[in-house]
Amino acid sequence: MATQSAATSDFYRNLGRMYGTYTGSFIAFIILLAILEQVGVPNRILGYLFVGFTIIVYAVIGVMTRTAQVSEYYVAGRRVPAFYNGMATGADWMSAASFVGMAGTLFLLGYDGLTWVLGWTGGYVLVAILIGPYLRKFGAYTVPDFMAFRFGGNFARMVAVIVLVCCSFTYVTAQVYGTGLIASRFLGMSFEVAVFAGLAGILLCSMLGGMRAVTWTQIAQYIVLIIAYLTPIVILSTKHYGIPIPQLTYGTAIAEITAREGQMLAAGLTTAAALKPHISPFINYTPFNFFAIMLCMMVGTASLPHILMRYFTTPSVREARQSVAWSLLFIFLLYFSAPAYAAFSKLEVYTNIIGRDLTQVRPWLFTWGELGLIQICGKNAANIDTIVAACKAIAGHPGVVRLQDFVINTDVIVLSTPEIAGLPYVISGLVAAGGLAAALSTADGLLLAIANALSHDVYYKMIDPNAPTIRRLTVARVLLFVVAVCAAYLASTKPGDILAMVGWAFSLAMAGNFPALVMGVWWKRTTAAGAVAGMIAGFGLCIFYLVTTRYFPGAGVAYFGMSSLANPATGAPLVNLATAMAAPNAMESWVTIAHPLANKVGWFGLNNIACGLLGMPLGFAVIYVVSLMTPEPSKEMQAYVDEIRKPRGRTVLEEKT
Amino acid sequence: MAQDNTEAHWTATRNLMLKHLGAWLFFGYIIHFFVVPLNAIKIPILNFPLGFYMGAQGSLIAFVVMLFLFAKQQDRIDRDHGFAEDE
Repeated sequence: MATQSAATSDFYRNLGRMYGTYTGSFIAFIILLAILEQVGVPNRILGYLFVGFTIIVYAVIGVMTRTAQVSEYYVAGRRVPAFYNGMATGADWMSAASFVGMAGTLFLLGYDGLTWVLGWTGGYVLVAILIGPYLRKFGAYTVPDFMAFRFGGNFARMVAVIVLVCCSFTYVTAQVYGTGLIASRFLGMSFEVAVFAGLAGILLCSMLGGMRAVTWTQIAQYIVLIIAYLTPIVILSTKHYGIPIPQLTYGTAIAEITAREGQMLAAGLTTAAALKPHISPFINYTPFNFFAIMLCMMVGTASLPHILMRYFTTPSVREARQSVAWSLLFIFLLYFSAPAYAAFSKLEVYTNIIGRDLTQVRPWLFTWGELGLIQICGKNAANIDTIVAACKAIAGHPGVVRLQDFVINTDVIVLSTPEIAGLPYVISGLVAAGGLAAALSTADGLLLAIANALSHDVYYKMIDPNAPTIRRLTVARVLLFVVAVCAAYLASTKPGDILAMVGWAFSLAMAGNFPALVMGVWWKRTTAAGAVAGMIAGFGLCIFYLVTTRYFPGAGVAYFGMSSLANPATGAPLVNLATAMAAPNAMESWVTIAHPLANKVGWFGLNNIACGLLGMPLGFAVIYVVSLMTPEPSKEMQAYVDEIRKPRGRTVLEEKT
Repeated sequence: MAQDNTEAHWTATRNLMLKHLGAWLFFGYIIHFFVVPLNAIKIPILNFPLGFYMGAQGSLIAFVVMLFLFAKQQDRIDRDHGFAEDE
């Protein structure tokens, strides 16, 4: 026993050297591949080497940190230092949507895209001041653990598990989908095969070692993803402006974009209706939806179980707080760079594509046009002849590319930047490895959250409290595998837009968890009945709004008084309700996204991504009213709440291991 | 006495929470209500319109600084009331 603990403390003391060596080796690996590229090794092979090598490293870490101890499996033994936990949280947090999608969203939406940037950072303030450290002191393994203890047992636990599974499963499906997208694009696998290949990587990291393994791989993944994200724009910024800090130089790019927007209007390359000036707010979202989405993302952050459970792993409450600050710093590094990607790409498109003669557009876009990700004049921009023919077919086309002729898939922005900057393929491979690291690390965290809730809360706490350790961990691993396969199956059916799916997950978490978590810590008078009623009411309303506006919009209008959302630029309704409701398909159920009413109706003009804004206030109100109507919690429970509020002393919940 | 200390600790904690919540409201929301007039101001040298800059970087920096500050301040409160953990 003594030797074992000596070995462990050695492990923690050497963390800096280990990850330092790892980072150095990774950079050496990039340089090695760059040399291989120069001597003529084909791109396809380089792509495989990049992705294959990084996945093998994660798997090796995963296997090396396997464990058979319950507390190691669920909370990494509560020994992860604040700094490293911050890095792991960064990787846990930043998903394929952040890595690949964020810059593209900012490219398309301009200022309005910042609602996501702000929403996905500001939430950490709420984590630190309202919830995280208190849950750490409480000493739970999972979020439902806390709900069950504070709110009178297994009914509250069950409700919390349902909320957790709904939001995490929506989210993990989006991640597995992202993994498949990147693997298929860079390795040329079919999408369905790529999804299951990505899944194998995810399972290798998390199955044997649970939280412990996921923590140490996520740190490795963070290092890969941040190097991959920053390298292309640092080089681009140095080339264009002579300063290797893109976050400062893109201000000039924005000024150039604004000037160019004016020129394009004057030259007839765009119309006032088609042009969305980059810095003008509230063109894509109404101000109400802009702030509603931001609030939902922030509060959702503080309610997502896979994030909260990362703070269960620190050695102390003090370190839990510091760890939230480190997390946000590491996340910030990526998010304050995303607008730079968007600005540089937009400047390139506006100066070197829009207004160019069709025969002289930059060749980089044909690589993506072939894949159907860039269209000019309504046709995939595969080569010059195709786009010339496509534009000739449009009456009165001037022969130069106009803004309205050009359509780009948002995923291309980050992925194409290395080519725009004229960098060698090795940098593109690096970006692919980074995107994969982002998707894998988030999927790991989410799968673990779901599997832990099912194995610890449902199986151990509710079905078989006497289960021996070995059986508990076996159940956890089997469930992890089953959930992963379900997610991969659902992802392989391509259910929808990644950003919207992720947004829904946040709103669901916010409506279901946030009021009960906050009131449970901050108001001693909160009773079990109040909390459970509030969770059900808030979550129920949110899911009702989401499902009705997405799948039963006709019924929403006919029976629930919903009306059309407004066009943010003009304020006019998005759909003419009278016409749409008279159409024969108006009352259809489980409609597809193409249905004229789907996602376009609602109450107060509220976008369904922000459905948490309806659920959360209702949750708070119900908890307050019902708590006052039911008898005060026992003296004992109130004393426990006092205990949670003081960092000193033992955790409230003591798990036998 | 012990009860008084518990209450004093919690009052201090709550006040700190409210202060940071206020700062969060300001940097998360209130300042962005004024994005249009703020965009008329250009940050010298960097060329950013101020309203855009606050959304893209300014508020983010504020959040990061707030969190490190909060960890420090809350730890001070815990120490002052004897509720801090042993190092």
